[in-house]
Amino acid sequence: MSGYFDDPMVLREILMDHYQYPRNHELTHDETYMSRHMASDSCIDDIIVEAKINDGVIEDIRFDGVACTISTAATSIMSELLKGKQLEEAHTIIDNYHQMIDGKAYDEEMLEEAVALKGVGKQANRIKCATIGWKAIEEMIEESEGK
Amino acid sequence: MINASIRKDFPMLNGRKMQGHDLVYLDNAATTLKPQCVIDAVTHYYTHLGANAHRGDYELSFEVDTAYEGSRKAVAQLINADEKEIVFTSGASASLNLIAYGYGRKFLKEGDVILSCEAEHASDVLPWMKCCEENGCVIEYIPLNDEGRIEIETFKKCLHEKVKMVALAHVNNVLGYEQPMAEICALAHQIGAIVSVDAAQSVPHMKIDVKKMDCDFLSFSGHKMCGPTGVGVLYGKYNLLQQMDPFMLGGGSNARFDMCGNILLKDAPYKFETGTPAIEAVIGLHAAIDYLNQIGMENIHQHEKELHDYAIEKLMQLENVHVYNPHADGGIITFNIKDVFAQDSASFFNSQGIALRAGQHCAKLLNEKLGTSATLRASFYFYNTKEEIDRFIEVCAQANIENCLNLFF
Ligand SMILES: Cc1ncc(COP(=O)(O)O)c(C=O)c1O
Repeated sequence: MSGYFDDPMVLREILMDHYQYPRNHELTHDETYMSRHMASDSCIDDIIVEAKINDGVIEDIRFDGVACTISTAATSIMSELLKGKQLEEAHTIIDNYHQMIDGKAYDEEMLEEAVALKGVGKQANRIKCATIGWKAIEEMIEESEGK
Repeated sequence: MINASIRKDFPMLNGRKMQGHDLVYLDNAATTLKPQCVIDAVTHYYTHLGANAHRGDYELSFEVDTAYEGSRKAVAQLINADEKEIVFTSGASASLNLIAYGYGRKFLKEGDVILSCEAEHASDVLPWMKCCEENGCVIEYIPLNDEGRIEIETFKKCLHEKVKMVALAHVNNVLGYEQPMAEICALAHQIGAIVSVDAAQSVPHMKIDVKKMDCDFLSFSGHKMCGPTGVGVLYGKYNLLQQMDPFMLGGGSNARFDMCGNILLKDAPYKFETGTPAIEAVIGLHAAIDYLNQIGMENIHQHEKELHDYAIEKLMQLENVHVYNPHADGGIITFNIKDVFAQDSASFFNSQGIALRAGQHCAKLLNEKLGTSATLRASFYFYNTKEEIDRFIEVCAQANIENCLNLFF
């Protein structure tokens, strides 16, 4: 497993695939979904992320918007990875993802395809691209937990 | 062409690396690098002058005043204005806000029209939006032609009796087009409108004469013309400055006041310069102006034009590059690497030591006129060389989605 995720060719393929064919890339505009518009002033990305969270489970995640390869792929991968997860598990995955992005120790197995983003810190100003969609889901999880 | 030996005047151009490569700085529309003489002028103030301006009656303070007012004189000469028509602000944005606040809010009424265009910098349009919110006036946008320019015939059609203010950039920061400002001023004046020129992208690059242009206000920043950050200029015709309100009150700008609330402001430009200014920046701006004059504004303009034409000729031969403004008048090239999102290609340029800007600039303009949501911008100054353009072209040729993604592995 770890050999597979160490191969730059494979990781690049994962990014390209999620960029060209982003998953869950359609908004529902359904009122039972929470929604976050993420647009940072220092970055061109401008995306909307929707989530449906019920009884401590993330039932669905959707997104759309104008975005670069990194943020599109990172958000697409996130939407697949966190869909269907219990909030507690989602928290662990999200923490793990940030550990990876920050260049700290992390659990590769848990992150699955998100491992493709492990090198993003080489271009420091792109870290925000890799985390913009993840931030949206974090905020919505917090909202659902009533924080 | 300007001799490349002037590059030795710029510490940033002598050994600074980026991502392991010699720095190629092509983000001059954002800000410019500083020559040693400007850096020295700034540190000279802190090292040898130290005192406040307009405050003390001792020798040091007098020297500071002299240096400060000397800079005002240099600015006035640069644009052929009178010293008393030069207000020091913190930058072009502050100047533009001051016009909208001090003139717009005071004199524009409900239903009055401000003419702007879809390509304006945020700092030249948001202050007017706020003014509209407060006063009930409205902004009308001059349609641009297919290339993104204002045509004088179109401009004429946009003028009507409700138009009281025309607020436009002399040179646009995305497309690098020079607008026919003298004609615009003459036409606007025929119907009694005031013209505010955002000259942030023109004063650093060409000879400007406010009397020939006959604009009413002109705004620019020091840092885009080799000067320090934190200082900018508002030029205004004196009678307009006198009528206008300052947006700050306090020390330095009042002549006297009493407990009944009577305030007597100083005359322009001093009534606008409340509080301790960025003295070292004002002094540094003087050094920058002297430096530019020594090189010659005409030479600067010519040099940039040559670099621009040289770069465009080469870029046009690259199949993977799309240029949006091949006929720009200034040294601004707005482009994209085909099939690569601007932010992704910008990282590739970064990895090769080339500093340029990715952005959506003004979404409306770009979406409608350019058919894209984000672009890259390379902008030149007189210290850039053909060798740097060659390097830039070389990196453009290598840019593709694979190389842009390879950076992360
Ligand atoms: C056309 C134009 N106007 C205004 C500004 C604002 O200048 P500053 O940020 O120095 O206030 C800029 C700077 O980017 C500009 O390009």
